[in-house]
Amino acid sequence: MTSPRYSIFSLARNALGYHRSWSRAWRSPEPQPSYDVVIVGGGGHGLATAYYLAREHDAGSIAVLEKGWLGGGNTGRNTTIIRSNYLWDESAHLYEKSLKLYEGLSRELNFNIMLSQRGVLNLAHNEHDLKELSRRVRAIRLNGIDSEVLDPAGVKAEVPIVNTSPDVRYPILGASIQRRGGIARHDAVAWGFARAADARGVDIVQNCEVTGIDVSGGRVTGLRTSRGRIAANKVGLVAAGHSSVLAAMAGLRLPIESHTLQAMVSEPIKPILHGVVMSNAVHVYVSQSDKGELVIGAGMDGYNSYSQRGSFQIVEGQMGALVELFPIFSRLRMLRQWGGIVDVCPDASPIVGKTPVDGLYINCGWGTGGFKATPGSGWAFAHTIAQDRPHALNAPFALERFASGALIDEHGAAAVAH
Amino acid sequence: MLLIPCPWCGERDESEFACGGEAHIARPPDPDALNDAEWADYLFMRTNPKGSQRERWCHTHGCGRWFNVERDTVTHRILSVYRMGEPPPKDAP
Amino acid sequence: MTAQPHRLPEGGAIDRSRPLGFSFNGRRYTGFAGDTLASALLANGVHLVGRSFKYHRPRGILSAGTEEPNAIVQLGSGASGLPNLKATRVELYEGLAARSVNCWPGPWFDLAAVNGFAHRLIPAGFYYKTFMWPHRGWHLYEPFIRRMAGLGRAPDGPDPDRYERMNAHCDVLVVGAGPAGLAAAEAAGRSGARVILADEDCPPGGMLLGSADAGGHGEATAGLEAMDNVRVLTRTVVTGYYDHNFLIALERVTDHLGPAAPAHLPRQRLWRIRAGRVVLATGALERPLVFANNDRPGTMLAGAARAYVNRFAVLPGRRAVVVTDNDSAYAAALDLHRHGVEIAAIVDLRPDGDGTQCAEAREAGLNILSGHAVIDTAGRRRVRAARVARLNDDGSLAGTVSALPCDLIAMSGGWSPAVHLFSQSGGTLRYDAALRAFLPDVSPQAARCAGASNGAFDTASCIAEGHAAGAGEPGAPGPVQPAAPVSWAVPARSRAGEARRFVDFQNDVTAADIELAAREGYESVEHLKRYTTLGMGTDQGKTGNVPGLAILAGTLGLSIPEVGTTTFRPPYEPVAFGAIAGRDVGPLADPVRRTPLHAWHEENGAVFEDVGQWKRPFYYPQEGETKDEAVARECLAVRNAAGIMDASTLGKILVCGPDAREFLNRVYTNAWDGLAPGRCRYGLMLGEDGMVLDDGVTACLSENRFLTTTTTGNAARVFAWLEEWLQTEWPDLEVYLTSLTEQFATVALAGPDSRKLLGALTDDIDPAPDVFPFMAWREGRVAGLPARVFRISYTGEVSYEIVVSAGDATDLWAALMTHEVTPFGTEAMHVLRAEKGYLMIGQETDGTVTPLDLDMGWMLNKKKDFIGRRSLARSAMRDPMRKRLVGLRTEDPATVLPEGAQILAEPPSGAPETMIGHVTSSYRSATLGRSIALALVKGGRDRAPGTVHVPLDDRTVRAEICDPKFYDPEGERLNG
Repeated sequence: MTSPRYSIFSLARNALGYHRSWSRAWRSPEPQPSYDVVIVGGGGHGLATAYYLAREHDAGSIAVLEKGWLGGGNTGRNTTIIRSNYLWDESAHLYEKSLKLYEGLSRELNFNIMLSQRGVLNLAHNEHDLKELSRRVRAIRLNGIDSEVLDPAGVKAEVPIVNTSPDVRYPILGASIQRRGGIARHDAVAWGFARAADARGVDIVQNCEVTGIDVSGGRVTGLRTSRGRIAANKVGLVAAGHSSVLAAMAGLRLPIESHTLQAMVSEPIKPILHGVVMSNAVHVYVSQSDKGELVIGAGMDGYNSYSQRGSFQIVEGQMGALVELFPIFSRLRMLRQWGGIVDVCPDASPIVGKTPVDGLYINCGWGTGGFKATPGSGWAFAHTIAQDRPHALNAPFALERFASGALIDEHGAAAVAH
Repeated sequence: MLLIPCPWCGERDESEFACGGEAHIARPPDPDALNDAEWADYLFMRTNPKGSQRERWCHTHGCGRWFNVERDTVTHRILSVYRMGEPPPKDAP
Repeated sequence: MTAQPHRLPEGGAIDRSRPLGFSFNGRRYTGFAGDTLASALLANGVHLVGRSFKYHRPRGILSAGTEEPNAIVQLGSGASGLPNLKATRVELYEGLAARSVNCWPGPWFDLAAVNGFAHRLIPAGFYYKTFMWPHRGWHLYEPFIRRMAGLGRAPDGPDPDRYERMNAHCDVLVVGAGPAGLAAAEAAGRSGARVILADEDCPPGGMLLGSADAGGHGEATAGLEAMDNVRVLTRTVVTGYYDHNFLIALERVTDHLGPAAPAHLPRQRLWRIRAGRVVLATGALERPLVFANNDRPGTMLAGAARAYVNRFAVLPGRRAVVVTDNDSAYAAALDLHRHGVEIAAIVDLRPDGDGTQCAEAREAGLNILSGHAVIDTAGRRRVRAARVARLNDDGSLAGTVSALPCDLIAMSGGWSPAVHLFSQSGGTLRYDAALRAFLPDVSPQAARCAGASNGAFDTASCIAEGHAAGAGEPGAPGPVQPAAPVSWAVPARSRAGEARRFVDFQNDVTAADIELAAREGYESVEHLKRYTTLGMGTDQGKTGNVPGLAILAGTLGLSIPEVGTTTFRPPYEPVAFGAIAGRDVGPLADPVRRTPLHAWHEENGAVFEDVGQWKRPFYYPQEGETKDEAVARECLAVRNAAGIMDASTLGKILVCGPDAREFLNRVYTNAWDGLAPGRCRYGLMLGEDGMVLDDGVTACLSENRFLTTTTTGNAARVFAWLEEWLQTEWPDLEVYLTSLTEQFATVALAGPDSRKLLGALTDDIDPAPDVFPFMAWREGRVAGLPARVFRISYTGEVSYEIVVSAGDATDLWAALMTHEVTPFGTEAMHVLRAEKGYLMIGQETDGTVTPLDLDMGWMLNKKKDFIGRRSLARSAMRDPMRKRLVGLRTEDPATVLPEGAQILAEPPSGAPETMIGHVTSSYRSATLGRSIALALVKGGRDRAPGTVHVPLDDRTVRAEICDPKFYDPEGERLNG
């Protein structure tokens, strides 16, 4: 059942046989009629949840149901940025847990997820940005997370190709940098978790769409799927993009809207950009992948969508900002453009916790930044499901906060000054 | 880039408009009569349907008027458009 | 001038009277006008043009179009360099200088070709399985991998060229000017419709250009150009198909002219086209055959070989083996044969080909080996021979292998209709087993394929389909030429050979890689793509994707439709970022908003700050002054004499109508019932979530007319917010909003001398405090200009905001400057208001702060409802440990805390610390001779008196919690 350990030695050994002896990275099991825990959604967060459930908890039999192919949602559509430079304590602790798990993940999963801690820069373009940035960096550092402030010369030293001229429309006045931040190979995160979860006995069932959630006496009893009914004691919903649709099957309403978030890559070029550069003020973020492509993200489309299709004017705005920041990128070419469906919460923070239905748990609302949270989210959600109560890390991210008003507003820079 | 038929100006590019989200969420007439959960439902909870949705748009860079659009959130097809205060067309295709 | 040894003496659509010199990898060559770089290289006998991405294998020109995976070149150098162009798409110009990418020192000898020796060790996805030692060791390996990766090089300076965008509307957009597209455009044009016909090539003609019977398209094009309602765009590739029939097309305006390009033209133009309906006559792309070492230079698509000989009069070889699994390559063989290429054999994988051209080939005496395959090739930097063997019915190898010497292998693995744009439109595809191709099925948009993109491969059917599509008539399906069910990958004689059957040439993905992925469970076509990188090169898998997924299907024992395709994403052909940005860069990146007084500020040395789109004077340094010195001088002037500030950027909204007062009651926290004409009131506006949104003063102009001010940054947002409530929630209220922000200019006159000064400037406004009290406004003339004067204060001093028409602003300012006044900027204003403990939106508030947090409960009217009120009653809002506004006095009065500094209750003890708040505003107060700060701290003034600790980079500062009103707490100076 388990595939052999991956290493340079197993590669060499298999090379002798022209790689005909590799076994499957994960099985393709038929769904069983019942499980102790069923995770709905075979993206990074769902697979990580299943993995940590199997590894750290006595959770019984576990299945992950995926309506398409595993890792096919936002896990495989994001700009692969990893960082933990969040303002509020609650977020900082959760994302830092995730970053720490990421740092050991290749070894843990025996799957090279290519975590590349190249540093993440957040640029400031006006006095207000600078103040916000200073506040953020100080809070992050006091939370024990690395973060520094750079002046324009420091930005230039980190990213020689960025335009730090004071004569542009929105000059760069400074930046924060988290050197432990960076990028990773997004597909590998899904595949690594899938392989490791499978090795621990988790059934990963692809092409299995959930069509209904059975609730009886206020308690979840099972799922109806395109491959038959599956009974379950506990169900975790981790289906970014479609959270509202699934929640509605259990009669729940969520404070979530689904939006398209677009991204693109350039043609591959020789290394030119070392770190990750983000600018909230002009809405663009960019890094260069190991393959040589510039990976570029933009702002969200303004209307609800489940289409993974965005509007071109978003891309136009994004390119204007990019070329302003990096004038030498003007002649490079957009190779491929795509969209993901992101769950957006009113406070730009996720929901990870219990629901009013017993045995039903939800993990959603990661908005534009779920990839970086993948292992931490899975780790905390596994705890929540196994123990039927949230871990201290995710307790603040409960659904109830929308009634109490205890939001965790991570919109970052808010209104502009007088 | 959607092509949105403003009920006052006719078809215009999406870039002239701003989307205001789900329509027909009326402000409760007596907020004090609601408990926190009911108030949160008004304030934050959204239907977010996959398929036909009634939503509000504003022709920001045009006539400045708000109006309602019934749009499919999967195909982005616009099924109907009606002015504020008008009842939604029943069973639009 | 070098001869072009492989150029035919006559024929072709080239202009022999215009020879063009160019260089490739430093060597000089000559071609002709009308050549592409690829055809010119072939004319000079250059087949080896590059190295592959992973194994650095020698590669030649595969195609004659946008599907080219191998011939990737860097054009030019320096700031005007262009990486990753396809030689098959680069039109030749005099002086063109191109180099191969990703090989060193060059394609002939490439050091990185050692990768080829490690071929067996580095199959698809190898990097997921290794580089994990030592722990966190990836960063040791990654730099090498990064250096090996990437194709061309980015330019080294800002783009010297310009780009522009063009909006266009049409009834019918026809994409592609081959036979189907020309017919469609003509039919649509004759119907009177507004038509745009766009073609990526120049001249139009599509596949007609590459066929022997080139010619007829010229007439068709001329006919179109004569129609006023038809616009023909050449060198224009329609590359993205978005919602509601919005498409983008990239026109290469001067790329083909090189240095001769006229300066007034943009390099490229991005067309943004909104079409009534779209006819996609995008043709079809030929597929390679998958056999061992099918990537040697000299191995080419049969249709490309045909195009080179017909369109460019170039012989791609002297002795050719044509290998095919369909009829189309016979035409290529015949055209090559006709132009003197020796056809060593036509190797047909099918037991027997029976098309008319097969018969012609037989008649011409060509050697046809039916039921045979090329199973391997010989040669290194150029193919030397094809190894040919007979196939059994099941596709396995039979019999002996013979080597056919040749310098050209022309191959055809069938044709894939170019359904990219159709798929981008949201259209679904269906697999046609007879054609062995994905065909367009249903699009949710008004899009329709015609011709080869619809599976009609003969010219007559193309024209018929195009005509019907253009005229909007139902089309009749053309005759289908069924393809034979031959295997998608030819077996090799050895495992080593099997591992060198390339499917994706650019990314070096082999049939063995695909089989490996399937074996390891990467069964979804998306997993296959991501695991092997199939189709992820700069050609986006235009040639290799279909064979790749067919091999996957075969490996999994599934049918091709069960496996399906990956999604086709924009763009069809890569688009320069600069072209997408258009003119929205540099000074036009975002509008700059300047007040009517901007010129004065500039002339008088103001340092500006960006506030939203506005430029606002930050401070006015005098010679030799630092920022701190200037701000201190400005502050003291206001406290001791008088200062003036340009406050024109504040938002101004006229609220009128019989229900205006009721409306204000609903959107502000305080009550407006008692506000009489001539009076003003400060207002606080919340979001429905109870958080402070904005503040400002509203004046009652008359019973039903109010003038509301907003903060600079929120002006547009607040106006939109008010409109939204009026239109969507309270249409019953009769209220009209008008933005007057830019119609009026505001000058704030502040300081103890300001009353006297105002008096000197006006005859009809009595500034005496008993007749013009605080929070009143008067209308009259100031400096002879019609003005409204508001007695309000953001500095704590006696202060007037003088509002005049924007056009009068400079006169007013000049009149004020004749008196003893000091202009002050926003930073001095920030200091002055902080001394008074006045809130600044965006500084003390960040979207998470309620009026209660700011100790502004007195602003909340208890007798009425207002937006946000209910939210303030939620449990978390009543928590006494919420962060609330306080003042902070550092122990050392000289220490100015940095804004954003975090606050601890206890001295720091090691991270993570428990933070209880942060400094929101902090300044050196010249008035008080010490530093002051505002902060949001858990528990707020319940902690006062008390000490808090503010850790800085190198030390921790102690500070006392205090009343935020540092100066004149009783407000006596307001009435001065």
